[in-house]
Amino acid sequence: MHTFTLAELAKKLRAKEFSVTELTRALLARVEASQPRLNAFITVTAESALAQAKAADRALADGKAGPLTGLPLAHKDIFCTSGVKTSCGSKMLDNFVSPYDATVVEKLNAAGMVTLGKTNMDEFAMGSSNETSWYGPVKNPWNPKLVPGGSSGGSAAAVAARVAPIATATDTGGSIRQPASLCGVTGIKPTYGRVSRFGMIAFASSLDQGGLISITAEDAAMVLGAMAGFDTRDSTSVDTPVPNYVAELDKPLTGLKIGLIKEFFDTGLDADVEKCIREALGVYEKLGATLVEVKLPALPLSVPTYYVVAPAECSSNLARFDGVRYGYRCQDPKDLMDLYKRSRGEGFGAEVKRRIMTGTYVLSAGYYDAYYLKAQRVRQLINQDFKRAFGEVDVLMGPTAPDVAFEIGAKSSDPIQMYLNDIYTIGANLAGVPAMSIPCGFVRDLPVGLQICGPHFAEAKLFNVAHAFQKETDWHRRLPADFAKEVLS
Amino acid sequence: MSTSNNGWETVIGLEIHAQLSTNSKIFSGSATAYGAAPNSQANLVDLAYPGVLPVLNGEAVRMAVKFGLAIGAEIAPRSVFARKNYFYPDLPKGYQISQYELPIVAKGRMEIVLDDGSRKTIGITRAHLEEDAGKSLHEGLPRQSGIDLNRAGTPLIEIVSEPDMRSAKEAVAYLKKIHTLVRYLEICDGNMQEGSFRCDANVSVRKFGAEKFGTRAEIKNINSFRFVEKAINYEVERQIDVIEGGGKVVQETRLYDPDKGETRSMRSKEEANDYRYFPDPDLLPVEIDPAYIGEIKATLPELPDEKAARFVLAYDLSQYDATVLTSSKELGAYYDDVVKALAGEKLPSKEQAKLAANWVAGSLAAALNEHNLEITGSRIDAKRLAGLLGRIVDNTISGKIAKDVFEAMWAEDKSCDEIIEARGLRQITDTGAIEKAIDEVMAKNPGQLADYRSGKDKLFGFFVGQVMKATGGKANPAQLNELLKKKLAG
Repeated sequence: MHTFTLAELAKKLRAKEFSVTELTRALLARVEASQPRLNAFITVTAESALAQAKAADRALADGKAGPLTGLPLAHKDIFCTSGVKTSCGSKMLDNFVSPYDATVVEKLNAAGMVTLGKTNMDEFAMGSSNETSWYGPVKNPWNPKLVPGGSSGGSAAAVAARVAPIATATDTGGSIRQPASLCGVTGIKPTYGRVSRFGMIAFASSLDQGGLISITAEDAAMVLGAMAGFDTRDSTSVDTPVPNYVAELDKPLTGLKIGLIKEFFDTGLDADVEKCIREALGVYEKLGATLVEVKLPALPLSVPTYYVVAPAECSSNLARFDGVRYGYRCQDPKDLMDLYKRSRGEGFGAEVKRRIMTGTYVLSAGYYDAYYLKAQRVRQLINQDFKRAFGEVDVLMGPTAPDVAFEIGAKSSDPIQMYLNDIYTIGANLAGVPAMSIPCGFVRDLPVGLQICGPHFAEAKLFNVAHAFQKETDWHRRLPADFAKEVLS
Repeated sequence: MSTSNNGWETVIGLEIHAQLSTNSKIFSGSATAYGAAPNSQANLVDLAYPGVLPVLNGEAVRMAVKFGLAIGAEIAPRSVFARKNYFYPDLPKGYQISQYELPIVAKGRMEIVLDDGSRKTIGITRAHLEEDAGKSLHEGLPRQSGIDLNRAGTPLIEIVSEPDMRSAKEAVAYLKKIHTLVRYLEICDGNMQEGSFRCDANVSVRKFGAEKFGTRAEIKNINSFRFVEKAINYEVERQIDVIEGGGKVVQETRLYDPDKGETRSMRSKEEANDYRYFPDPDLLPVEIDPAYIGEIKATLPELPDEKAARFVLAYDLSQYDATVLTSSKELGAYYDDVVKALAGEKLPSKEQAKLAANWVAGSLAAALNEHNLEITGSRIDAKRLAGLLGRIVDNTISGKIAKDVFEAMWAEDKSCDEIIEARGLRQITDTGAIEKAIDEVMAKNPGQLADYRSGKDKLFGFFVGQVMKATGGKANPAQLNELLKKKLAG
């Protein structure tokens, strides 16, 4: 039953082919068995999962079930979960048990979903390879020597290995789409403000957005509908109605205008990956779409812009981790300064410190105008580029990442090389527009992701476009050989 | 313009922090009441738990706009919250949410009255919204510090003046005016002991005629009018001493120590924090439209200056009396009520208005002071006081007797007429009765009478006293004077 999509599971549970409890037990066993190989989870919540499963079985029996009742999922460990450790992949929060649920968690609990556990991630979502996690790197299910991408590497690996049919994730510069691409699964980063950030531990507040990693676009459409919406506890969430994403999945693509981002094909793109992307675009042409090249001239500036804005915000957001009220505190502090310095020095990893220092620098007196303010201006230009492009085309397409998954350790000593992995994904965060990555083929036996980007609040269109492709292809149904059997040895 | 010694001119600007009296905090739903058990009014947002977000309290915005309108300021159509980053245990997020480049209120002014009766306008550069920090507790915790985050997130409006004040007196006058205003507007309780209203003073000196300001020192967190005056005067003398001794004033932050009556250095400019301000990405800009401003304008009460001007114009009060009687909204209202009850439908006579002013600012204020009560807690309400003053006006009792009646009214809840009747305090205006009393006194004191008649005029007072004593103080003083003079003359 592990190979079923969420939509299939929903039908089978209702057809009583198996119970939620049976499904949950099977998946918990897969989670346990996969841990030594993948390290995809930081916490497994077996006990509460079984309690939720029991309640879901009862609701199904009583005819009180909603569309998501009994469907299992995993939460990225960046979402606060009441009574459960919420580490954000950091030693700093290794001892932190959240006293409250994030809005996303609260909503999906209320919808009757079953939480299997909390997935591994780059520390505070800062990384593109999952190597910065305090809990050790997550491994790519397609090849354990390779990274799964990051920062939502645990969520992507869990779905790719079918230990969870769907998982929440977050995306600040590509943290949903890049691991989805590297693991061969579907990922959606919604419009900024579509999903509440309340209870989602902040990295860069103006860029962070919660989303999903799933097997299919249809599955993501089902869950995003329950997850999205205005939240009075998040002032940056947008008060605009949530459409029925599932209802719009099967619209025909006739007349769809697809923009190919010229800049994405210009530099740094692996030739085989490009070929793979071009073939996927061919599928869309067959479905009745037309392809046009569009230019987003400011887009190549997105990486440097991002690496000013995101560190600036993170340097401030992470100031609260000071060893005073919760989280890691150093042993025997001499005085206040010692408490601060050692708690933070010992509690944070190298990448987090690098970004805090970068951010502190760009906000400092005398540098603010040259870095932060200028970056904000460039951000406006990138925004305008997207706006102009969406005046001409319905969606934008291109590669999600410049290459397939790389080896663990290959880029961890070179932050610039690591940062360039997000070169195609960062633009959507800076502009706040929604974007997806869907599996579109294999290069050197490793999955490749096609990125689809739409205007603000066009999630329904993205799901529709992705779903059409997934009806024509089966890349998204491929499973890594090691995880093909239901019972993992 | 006041001058300091040796041709030095003082330049002062104030930054006033007024806590807004909202029920809940500026970015969370926690209560803001003072004096609760430590950390009992701090929720996850106030404690800066991972993942929590601030949500702006609209009431704080409304109060800031109210203040802006009352000082004739510009209300920004768009203002922005910014983060002020620094580490301190009473600042849970590691940053304070404030407003920096785009404050909600800008370019206001406040008029003060100087000692010589002349008026001066103090410019108000800006007023912005921000959150208060918590408190560090050191008492009763040996070798440890406690943190109480009840105050963390309490809304503040920081009111920044231009460097327009030229003496400690002017600074206090300005501070008092703002203090009165925020209470009129009911946006701050003004309680200085509890820290609801406090100020920082930027002080510098320069030679008269100099164009450039001297280097300033900032005296932090002064929480009483008296301390503001003392701290500034101390600081001015210190700076003059430094310069005259051949030294230079350094830009720094100083603390006022009320026990020693001196200011001392806290940190220099070099040690000052780089706050790394940037717009808070968790909060949207505050957008204010003209309709909203109009709505708030309509709710503004009569402001202290307007009320004082009305008292001068309509009641013919002196500027001094008008200022005293408008020092709080409630006192002004009380005085208004007394005058209205006294004069009825008509405008009061100048004498009635003055009489009421003297009583409200005199005996009543003294009684309130003695019992540590606010005007709203007065045991004699405006109507009862007006009743008493009415009996002075219609000559039923003298002003002196009225003081005794007032005391009796304060002690028991009876009308003045009941007290006057019960105690037989009605004034004697019957000429015959007064003459009879005078005759008796003269008969009893032949020696003094002889002395008086031989030229000892001073004994007149003795006879007044004796007759008053004989009549129980009830003789009409004017009549007594007249009749006594005649009789003594023989």
